[in-house]
Amino acid sequence: MKFLVCISNVPDTTTKIAFADNKGLNPAGVQFIINPYDEIALTRALELKEAAGGSVTVINVGGPGTEPNIRKALAIGADDAIRINAEPTDAYFVAVQIADVAKKNGYDVILTGRESIDYNGAQVAGMVAEILNMACVSVATKLDIAGSDATVEREIDGGKEVMSVKLPFVASAQKGMAEPRIPNMRGIMTARTKPLQVIEPVTSDVLTASAAYELPPAKKACRMISPDNAGELIELLHNEAKVI
Amino acid sequence: MSVLVFAENWEGRFKKSTFEAVSYASEIARQLGTTTTVISIGNTADEDMKSLGKYGATKVLSVKGDKFASFEPGVYTSIIAEAAKASQAQVVVVSYTYSGKAIAPRLAVRLKGGLVSGATALPSNLNPFTVRKKCFSGKGLTDVVVNTAVKVIAISPNSYQVNTGTGEAAVEAFSPAVNDADFKIVSKELKKTSGKIALTEAEIVVSAGRGLKGPENWGMVEQLAELLGAATACSKPVADIGWRPHHEHVGQTGITIAPNLYIAIGISGAIQHLAGVSSSKVIVVVNSDAEAPFFKAADYGIVGDAFQVVPQLIEAVKKLKAAHN
Ligand SMILES: Cc1cc2nc3c(=O)[nH]c(=O)nc-3n(C[C@H](O)[C@H](O)[C@H](O)COP(=O)(O)OP(=O)(O)OC[C@H]3O[C@@H](n4cnc5c(N)ncnc54)[C@H](O)[C@@H]3O)c2cc1C
Ligand SMILES: Nc1ncnc2c1ncn2[C@@H]1O[C@H](COP(=O)(O)O)[C@@H](O)[C@H]1O
Repeated sequence: MKFLVCISNVPDTTTKIAFADNKGLNPAGVQFIINPYDEIALTRALELKEAAGGSVTVINVGGPGTEPNIRKALAIGADDAIRINAEPTDAYFVAVQIADVAKKNGYDVILTGRESIDYNGAQVAGMVAEILNMACVSVATKLDIAGSDATVEREIDGGKEVMSVKLPFVASAQKGMAEPRIPNMRGIMTARTKPLQVIEPVTSDVLTASAAYELPPAKKACRMISPDNAGELIELLHNEAKVI
Repeated sequence: MSVLVFAENWEGRFKKSTFEAVSYASEIARQLGTTTTVISIGNTADEDMKSLGKYGATKVLSVKGDKFASFEPGVYTSIIAEAAKASQAQVVVVSYTYSGKAIAPRLAVRLKGGLVSGATALPSNLNPFTVRKKCFSGKGLTDVVVNTAVKVIAISPNSYQVNTGTGEAAVEAFSPAVNDADFKIVSKELKKTSGKIALTEAEIVVSAGRGLKGPENWGMVEQLAELLGAATACSKPVADIGWRPHHEHVGQTGITIAPNLYIAIGISGAIQHLAGVSSSKVIVVVNSDAEAPFFKAADYGIVGDAFQVVPQLIEAVKKLKAAHN
């Protein structure tokens, strides 16, 4: 079974975000990690490969700066990697690149994270699936495969839905699908020599552009209420904030 | 020309996020000088569809039939895309719910339209078409410019006020060209977490963290939530150690919510926790440590022991309710 796992390179969850001239993230001092949901997808792909045989390829659309995290994915256990050498301008551009590689190489299962924690689009999985005319299960919390049939559980408002789908398909991973693995020493050693292919992008339309960035407005100072008179809070929520 | 909005239903009923999406679409239609058409898929009552007129819809295209009752993202995409063509939609709106997240990207590709997913406001500009959304898990905002003729917007629940007026929409049956082969994903089972209010929809959420010391102490949290008609939530470690079920975990790696009121009890306010709750309109923090980072993100705060504060809150809510009955 051939798995393709899409990984994006995002600021660490603890990053204090700053923008350079409102034009984009100021990368100074920012530590980049593999998007946490993509690590979940990668781990599940590895578990399924270990059970049924096959291969796990990771793919990233990004400049040379993403290679440390691609190597990390190889250290976690992916067999090989592809980097499309281009800035990921918008989700559609990224999806076109990934779909093009998938068309050429043919994969049984394509996994992404449920969303990237930088641009929070939740777009790439559905777009790749649509371009390839494949099924896509979004925000999947469980994934099992038996032969050419998969059982996928997805998040819905107020619960979960169990769905069945035939290979090939796309799914986006949510917490629950797997516990992310951390690379071990042997993984780190072998990652250095695993194949990392760099290819140039295909041309794509650009459908959207992020014009400007801003920090959210600063909160007003917190209004403190005495713990001895906590009931006052309820009055304030009723009369002042009008939320109860 | 028109604005098309997908009216999502849950087992045949529309919910608040649907009314928000229709209201939002109708305001865009008004700004563009055109009308709002709704596409409804599944077995919803004609009365419910007509009443979408209250939120500004002129017409409802209705696709009924048991085979459409369960959600198949590819099929739903085909139907909405066909409705978009039939109504010559220049803007297509869906809710940024779980199902909306599955449909919106497919729809964008199908219609060759730029997508703004998780929009939080009306377009700030119609030309170039610009819509604001959150980025970096709520730590930033960005204005997305859509360059294509057709625009697709997935609007975040709880970010646009429902406009209620009068009026009735005209309901028309719509027969899409769908093949059996398009049904690639088959729904097998729905597992509902409980009969209680779904976290993503709740207007009030009462949440607690490790400060509560153990699962046996959640009685007061549940009681406060029940009195307020709120859903309950928790921090990640509390779900990880099994004090609370996983579906209650909010934050970066859990559920993202934006209720009108979020009450955090014994939660320190780690950046990953805030990522999931910072869009709440009003945040209340109860914590025994005056230095807890959560107070920086709070509107109201009480520095105190939860075991003394929460019972007082319960009494005060009881009193308030009694005074209004
Ligand atoms: C990649 C990553 C993702 C993460 N994702 C999430 C996520 O999605 N959601 C999430 O919640 N966390 C997440 N975390 C964990 C996060 O960093 C914090 O560890 C976690 O939120 C802390 O939970 P807590 O506030 O319940 O516990 P603590 O940090 O232990 O805080 C307990 C608080 O209770 C207060 N307290 C103690 N006793 C009392 C009392 N009697 N009365 C009142 N207050 C009291 C203390 O002062 C303290 O502030 C993530 C971490 C990482 C690294
Ligand atoms: N530049 C990228 N390269 C490879 N995969 C990506 C990239 N950006 C996003 N993805 C994948 O698409 C998922 C959803 O991203 P998004 O649509 O940006 O929220 C991520 O979790 C990744 O799996």
